[in-house]
Amino acid sequence: MNAFMKLIFTSDFFYSIFRVTTPLLFASMGAVLSDVAGVPNIALEGMMLIAAFAGMYFSYVFNSALMGLLFAVLFAVAAAAVMAFFTLYYKTNIILGGIAINSLASGGTIFFLYLVAHDKGTSVSLASKVLPNINIPLIGDIPILGPVISGHNVLTYVAVLAVLFTWYLLKKTPLGYHLRAVGEKKEAADSVGISVIKTQTIALLLSGLMCGFGGAFMSMGYVSWFSRDMISGRGWIALAAEAMGMQHPLGTAATSLLFGVADALSNAVATLGWPSDLVKTIPYCATLAGLAIFSIRAYRKNKNA
Amino acid sequence: MSRERSFNMIRTAVSMLVAILVAFVIILIVSDQPVESIKIFLVMPFSSGSYLGNIVETAVPLIFSGLAMAVMFKANLFNLGGEGIFFIAGAVGSFVAIWPKFPSVLAPLAAIVVGALVGMVVMMVPGGLKAKYGANEMVTSLMMNNILLGVGLYLLNNLLRDPGMASLVSYKYRKKALLANIVPGTRIHAGFLIAVLCAVLVYLFMYKSKWGYEIRMTGNNAKFASYSGINVAKVILIVHMVAGAIAGAGGIIECIGLHKRFEWTALPGYGFDGAMIAMLAGNNPLGVIGAAFFVSYLRIGADLVNRSSDIPTEMIAILQSIIILLISAERFLHKYRQRWIEKGEKK
Repeated sequence: MNAFMKLIFTSDFFYSIFRVTTPLLFASMGAVLSDVAGVPNIALEGMMLIAAFAGMYFSYVFNSALMGLLFAVLFAVAAAAVMAFFTLYYKTNIILGGIAINSLASGGTIFFLYLVAHDKGTSVSLASKVLPNINIPLIGDIPILGPVISGHNVLTYVAVLAVLFTWYLLKKTPLGYHLRAVGEKKEAADSVGISVIKTQTIALLLSGLMCGFGGAFMSMGYVSWFSRDMISGRGWIALAAEAMGMQHPLGTAATSLLFGVADALSNAVATLGWPSDLVKTIPYCATLAGLAIFSIRAYRKNKNA
Repeated sequence: MSRERSFNMIRTAVSMLVAILVAFVIILIVSDQPVESIKIFLVMPFSSGSYLGNIVETAVPLIFSGLAMAVMFKANLFNLGGEGIFFIAGAVGSFVAIWPKFPSVLAPLAAIVVGALVGMVVMMVPGGLKAKYGANEMVTSLMMNNILLGVGLYLLNNLLRDPGMASLVSYKYRKKALLANIVPGTRIHAGFLIAVLCAVLVYLFMYKSKWGYEIRMTGNNAKFASYSGINVAKVILIVHMVAGAIAGAGGIIECIGLHKRFEWTALPGYGFDGAMIAMLAGNNPLGVIGAAFFVSYLRIGADLVNRSSDIPTEMIAILQSIIILLISAERFLHKYRQRWIEKGEKK
C-alpha cells in the first residue's frame, strides 16, 4: 500500500492524468456536440482510429507533423460526412451507421497499414512525426505544480480549449441554440425555419472534427506510431462520460477527467507487479461502475419525482 | 410473400452485389494481376472440397453470433457484447474440456453447457442494468468486452497455460471432449449441426412461443408493448439470457470444434460480424444460416486472394461496412420500392 501511495502522490502521476485524459476530452466533446443535436454519434471510436492512422501516415509522407494533424482532422471529418450522408439523407439507423463506421475503421486501418507498412500490427517501420510538447514559461518553473501542467503535448492544451469552445458554442452562439433546439424537438425547430438536416450535419461534422484531434493525439503525441485498434475503447468511455456529464460540456469534461484518473492509475500500478491482464481492465471497470451508478441514481430520481 | 418483403430481399441482394463490386474495385487498384485475383476471389472458394469445407467451418461461429445479434436486434436492443462472451465462454469452457473425465458424448456436451451458462450469466450484467435502470446496453456491453478479455487472459496465463509450449496456449483438450468430424477430408465438425439446430430452435422460439411474441412486440414498440401488459424489463432480461447462451455456446464450440487447445489471445471479432449477418438475414434466425454462408464465402475468397496477391483479408471489413450502411438505409432504392409495391397492387 505504501508503494502504491508513493506512486500516486508524484508530479509524474498527475502529469499522466492530463496526458491520458486528452483523447477522452476530445471524444467526449464530440459526443456532446452530436448528442445535443439529437444525432448520437457512436462512431467516435472509429473516427479517432481513422484520424490516428491518417495522422501517422501523412506526417510520414509529408515529413511534417502539421500536415499529419491536418489530414487526421480531414479524414475524421470525412468519416463523419459519410455517416451524416447515410444517416440523414439515406435514413440509415444512426446506431447501425455508427457500427458500420467503427467496423470500417477497425478493419480498414489494418488494411491500409498493411499496404503502406507491410505489417498488420504497428507502423513503427514508418518514420512518422509527433506534435511538439510545449513548455509554458514562468508556470513551468513553479515547483510541483509546474511539472504537472507544463510540458504537455500541444494537443493537450487544445483539448482544454476544445472544452471551452464547446461550452461557448452551445451556450452563447446562434448555432449552439439551433443545435440544442433541433435536439430538443426537431419538429418545433423545423417549424421556426431551422433546417434540421443541415444542423444535424453540422453537429456530426463538428463531432468528427473533435475526433480528428483526439485521434491525431493518439498516434502523434501519446505514442509516436499507429497500432491496430489503438483507441482501445476510449471512444466508448467518452460516450459514458458524456451520459454521466448530462450532455453539459463542463460536466462531461469533469467525468472524462475521472475516467482519465482511472486510466492513469491502471498505467501506474502496472509497475507494481499486479497481474497486468486485470490491471488493464481498470478503466473499463471504472466506466462500467460509473455508468451503473449513474443509471441507478437517475432511475431513483425519476421514480421519486 | 408480400411485395414489400420481396422488395427487401431485392435490396439485400443489391447491397451484396455492391459490396462485391467494391471488392473488385479494391482488387483492381491494389493487385498486380487484377483479373486473376478477381477470378480467385469469386470462383476459387468453390473449386475444391477442402475450400468448401473451409466455408462451412468458418460459417459455424458466424451462425452463432448472427443468431445472438438477431435476437437482440429483434427486441431493438443494441448489445455488442457477443465478442467478449465468445472469448470468456471459450476460456471457461476450456476448463471442462481439459480436466474432468466425462464419458464420450457427455464431455463436449458438458463443455458446451458450461460455455452457454457462462454467456448467460455474463450477459445478465448489461441486461440487468438495462432492464432495471435503463443503462445504455451498447456502452456497458462494450466495456464488458474489454473486461472479459482481461479476465480471460488472466485465466489463460495463470491457470490454463501449458508451460511446455512456447506460445501462449492452454493445455491440450481431452480427445473425448473434442467435437467429432462429420465430413472426412475437411475440418467440418459436429458444431455445424448444432448451429443449424440452434437456428431452428431460435426460429421456433421467436415465432412460435409466447416469449418470442413478447420479444417481437417489445422490439416493434416498447411503449405499446408495455401498455398492453407485457413486462418489458422481463423481456429485456430474457433476450439477454438467450443471446448470451447462444454466443457462449458458439464460443466454446469454436474452441473444441476447430482447435486442440484454447488459443485465443485477443477478442476473436465475431461480435461485429454478427451484427452484419443479422442484418443481412433481416433478423430471421433461419436466414442467419444463409447470411453466415455468404460472409464466410467472402472471407474464404479474400483469404485466397490474400495468399496469391498480397491484398490483406481486412478488405472484408470494408465490404461489411458497406453492406451494413446500404441494407439499413431506408431510402436506398426507395424510388423503386414505391413502383414495385404499386405494381403488385394492380395485379
